[in-house]
Amino acid sequence: MQTTSDDVLIGRIASGDRLAMQVLFARHHVKVYRFVLRLVRNESAAEDLISDVFFDVWRQAGKFEGRSAVSTWLLSIARFKALSALRRRGEVELDDETASAIEDQSDDPEVVLAKKDKGAVLRQCLSGLSAEHREIIDLVYYHEKSVAEVASIVGIPEATVKTRMFYARKKLSELLKERGIDRGWP
Amino acid sequence: MNAVNETPVSDIELLLPWHAAGTLSNRDSQRVETALANDPELARQFELVREELSEDIHLNETLGAPSARAMESLFARIEAEPARMPAVSFNLGARVRDFFASLSPRTLAWSASAAAIAILLQAGLIAGIMIKESGVSSVSGGDYQTASVPSAFAGDGSFALIRFQPQANAADIAKFLEANNLSLTGGPITGALFRVQVAATKLPTTDLANIVKKLQSDKMIVGFVAATQ
Repeated sequence: MQTTSDDVLIGRIASGDRLAMQVLFARHHVKVYRFVLRLVRNESAAEDLISDVFFDVWRQAGKFEGRSAVSTWLLSIARFKALSALRRRGEVELDDETASAIEDQSDDPEVVLAKKDKGAVLRQCLSGLSAEHREIIDLVYYHEKSVAEVASIVGIPEATVKTRMFYARKKLSELLKERGIDRGWP
Repeated sequence: MNAVNETPVSDIELLLPWHAAGTLSNRDSQRVETALANDPELARQFELVREELSEDIHLNETLGAPSARAMESLFARIEAEPARMPAVSFNLGARVRDFFASLSPRTLAWSASAAAIAILLQAGLIAGIMIKESGVSSVSGGDYQTASVPSAFAGDGSFALIRFQPQANAADIAKFLEANNLSLTGGPITGALFRVQVAATKLPTTDLANIVKKLQSDKMIVGFVAATQ
């Protein structure tokens, strides 16, 4: 049987259908949680935030105009709430220059072992990017958002989306180089 | 390849992450494919992009999932909300207009044909029910009957009484009936119940119970279902 589309679910939620809300939540909550968690880096805060995100959906479903995919709308709300939470905690780090450094764990045997695994080091470096860079890389790679969708979620022009992604990848290569992995690019 | 602040970066190079993720338009995707075929350095960089894509998915997939607390908190808040009237602000008209505006003429033509076929099928179904009803009427003397309530539930096979969810629309119900090989044989009767034939033959009680259980699992469509004679 064909799955009910997100747009149809939003229409039902707008009519007060709680079952449709459960279906939408089940369908999207894990990805929204992971997106928020990568921004706020706190599991408890991320759980609170996704509850807030979907409660907004419950209340605002009638205003959804279907101009973007529902998942894009969810991520836009999630991003706004995550950044608001970070601001309240005074932890906003949206500037290229404030890219968080990877902790120096050179004496940690696990890190020594991890160095043998390029994938593990790459994942560590992805985690070490600034929030701005983590965000765009996740939106493009994990959440499979197009240039236009990322522009809509982040609120920047499409050309900026492309160059920001490029800089994020460039920074990733630099972090890898610092960890002893030279990819020969850029 | 150089960075953007050293030498200009081609648009193609900037699009590589979206090409790897499969989120480019067909036109852009074709442009990238052509460039990759002719530029070994770009192809090498594309392999790095694919590596990043793979590890970013891996990283996100290992983040786990939220506990049930998030859902419990959400639905506790929703339960605390006052009951909502049917959404008047949900702009269905605009949605339908946007949907048709987004279709190409060819797609629209196919959609219109499909809609016409669906209407014919529905007409056939209604006509079939009416012919069946009139057959029953003639046997019973041609007494007046309502358009929706059959005079009798006679017939071989196995049956169930079903009530659809109020929010389920006709298209959803039609798909549900088709997917489960169900035929509407009567209703609505008291409680908005319909009688459906689940099999052409008399099934053992346990088999019928299993079918009913399966039908019950579709909670988006089914509000209530029970086996009947």
